[in-house]
Amino acid sequence: MACAAGPDPASDGVEDERPRWDNKLQYLLSCVGFAVGLGNIWRFPYLCQTHGGGAFLVPYLVALVFEGIPLFHVELAIGQRLRRGSVGVWRAISPYLGGVGLVCFTVSLLVSLYYNTVLAWVLWYLLNSFQHPLPWSTCPLDPNRTGLVPECRDTSTVTYFWYRETLNITADISDSGTVQWRLLLCLAASWAVVYLCIIRGIETTGKAVYFTALFPYLVLSVFLVRALTLPGATEGLLRLFTPDMQALWNPRVWLDAATQIFFSLSLGFGGHIAFASYNPPRNDCERDAVTIALVNSVTSLYAAIVVFSILGFKAAKDHGRCLDGNILLLINAFDLPDQSVSRDDYTAVLAHLNATQPERVAGLHLQACHLEDFLDKSASGSGLAFIVFAEAVLHMPGAQAWAALFFGMLFSLGLTSMFGNMEGVVAPLFDLKAQPAWLPREALTGLVCLACFLLATGFMLQSGNYWLEIFDQYAASLNLIFCAFFEVVGVAYVYGMKRFCDDIARMTGRRPGLYWQVTWKVVSPLLLLTIFVAFLALLASRPPSYRAWNPQHEEFPSHQEKPHPGWVQATCMLLSFLPSLWVPGVALAQLLAQWTEAAARTDRRPKLQGGGVR
Amino acid sequence: IFQVLLCNVTQRVSFWFVVTDPSKNRTLPAAEVQSAIRMNRNRINNAFFLNDQTLEFLRIPSTLAPPTDPSVPIWIIIFGVIFSITVVATMLLILSGIQEHRRKNKGPSEMEDTEDKRENTVTIENGIPCDPLNMKGGHINDAFVTEDERLTPL
Repeated sequence: MACAAGPDPASDGVEDERPRWDNKLQYLLSCVGFAVGLGNIWRFPYLCQTHGGGAFLVPYLVALVFEGIPLFHVELAIGQRLRRGSVGVWRAISPYLGGVGLVCFTVSLLVSLYYNTVLAWVLWYLLNSFQHPLPWSTCPLDPNRTGLVPECRDTSTVTYFWYRETLNITADISDSGTVQWRLLLCLAASWAVVYLCIIRGIETTGKAVYFTALFPYLVLSVFLVRALTLPGATEGLLRLFTPDMQALWNPRVWLDAATQIFFSLSLGFGGHIAFASYNPPRNDCERDAVTIALVNSVTSLYAAIVVFSILGFKAAKDHGRCLDGNILLLINAFDLPDQSVSRDDYTAVLAHLNATQPERVAGLHLQACHLEDFLDKSASGSGLAFIVFAEAVLHMPGAQAWAALFFGMLFSLGLTSMFGNMEGVVAPLFDLKAQPAWLPREALTGLVCLACFLLATGFMLQSGNYWLEIFDQYAASLNLIFCAFFEVVGVAYVYGMKRFCDDIARMTGRRPGLYWQVTWKVVSPLLLLTIFVAFLALLASRPPSYRAWNPQHEEFPSHQEKPHPGWVQATCMLLSFLPSLWVPGVALAQLLAQWTEAAARTDRRPKLQGGGVR
Repeated sequence: IFQVLLCNVTQRVSFWFVVTDPSKNRTLPAAEVQSAIRMNRNRINNAFFLNDQTLEFLRIPSTLAPPTDPSVPIWIIIFGVIFSITVVATMLLILSGIQEHRRKNKGPSEMEDTEDKRENTVTIENGIPCDPLNMKGGHINDAFVTEDERLTPL
């Protein structure tokens, strides 16, 4: 295996061309912003809720210590040492491992496509937050103007606004429909904003992150104060944080914790490698890694508190409405005076009536109203943001301001993550010297953004949401774990643990201790292998189906489970495995190149010997 | 004192009515009356201080008021603002980048001119050219700054 020579002082001339961060704060904010993304808001609280509340923190912390921080340190250190993007770094470590960088590049590209689509949706909601009343608070009327549109009446105003007025979703994935021009405009705007911020690389990104990385924390704090003062918030927090230790026996919980840490820190994309490569050579990457990982986890917890308070508020509101409906039925049926039964009296009155006239009470078909049932309703992903939260802000006084703040926060969270994704796409292109010399940096970045925008218009079709869920499930997960496994194995074994520790000692002034060496050599690779196998088994065992929104379905308000058609299943498989094929592909190409070169050398050697003079 | 007699008591206050046209001595058909009531529902409700939920006309569904739509949807206005700001800022950045690029291209050529001039001039001090002094034999006083170091490189 050919090992790369480290960069020598003679290449310092090349290094001067490499952009640099203006100060350490920009670098830290960029990495924190890349790590902290939409998943911290809408995935971590959902996992906490479904996996035993506070008990989920145990596997989460274990995964952070044994998998998250070591892998993160490897990425930052190798980027800072070899001072290249992901493709350049792996080529420098070993020409046979050059494919790993290409996998990172492909995955970053695929993720950028659908991540910015989610940002386009967030932007659409943000633009609609500035009107009174909020457009998702009322149902539109049917053509006769005698009632509400049946689809809206049967579900709710918020769900109707999301599925019909925003997505205009079709009932089946093979039915593509037309491109939604409103969302297309929002997509163009969000790609324009991304291009504006990355137009000159970290020169512009470094200034943009001052706002986009700090604004979400400001909004989260404001929301925290508001949310804790809402009625029902404390019930929500208590219920959702009380630990259920029985959940720890379920291996699914540990798998979810490990994957959550992995995706939450945005490992394997190549963005962190690129960011670290712009650092000065003497920079304490160990402290940076630990700091950023901890900030990411603390942000997840902070966001979980806000989310649970608001979910508790929403559950209390729904519970109150349920009680009011039942009370009205009781008053009408039993001729009780108007408003004589309050919500607190309800249980006593119901018990009394049930004892005296049970048949009449049974005939009323009252809904069972328990606060725990409403609290247990969990949502994650776009459902949490666009349905649950959108409905929750409707009930807060000053709804427009809260809606605008919330969606503005989501937009800046997503924007900083997009910077990291695009860095993982653009930096390798510069490393590969893919562009002709006359093409300036701005033009190449513009071409990449334009290409991504055109490719992402496919998600703006009416069936776009189904495709986005497919990309979300299949495109990133397996390939990233594969990439990270090769990263840690490549650095620990191919680059050499001793050489790596020497590099780190030179960069930070301290040699990595036993914890780092053990995790890099043994624990993290084993963990990643286990996660890879478990994830593969999970994906294979889950029947490939999707939940469609079909108004003609019999049980309409709930989604209809439909199996994927054959060609969609084939696409899922391709998405999962095709990017990883770069690794064996490049290794084979390198082997072939070596063999042909060796064969050419053995052909030439007899001629030299015949020459005689050496 | 009058006695109030009730008969045919129902749960709600209800009554039937017909509308007659005295000039033509006929009763108006139900369809005409229904459409007239539909158009003026609000005025009839207000006359009784009731609303659609409390005053019901059988077989006349109430028409709901549509939400007011401004002529230009508000989201387009805000989208226009954000998009134009982004485009203007991008243009400014691109233009400043092109200007810097042109300045850098001009810059090195200017530096080359000054270096040529430096080599051609012979520094003269007190009427005696300095270079020949260094060329002649004898000791060179290192305390004096040499020719090259006087001009600090850029």
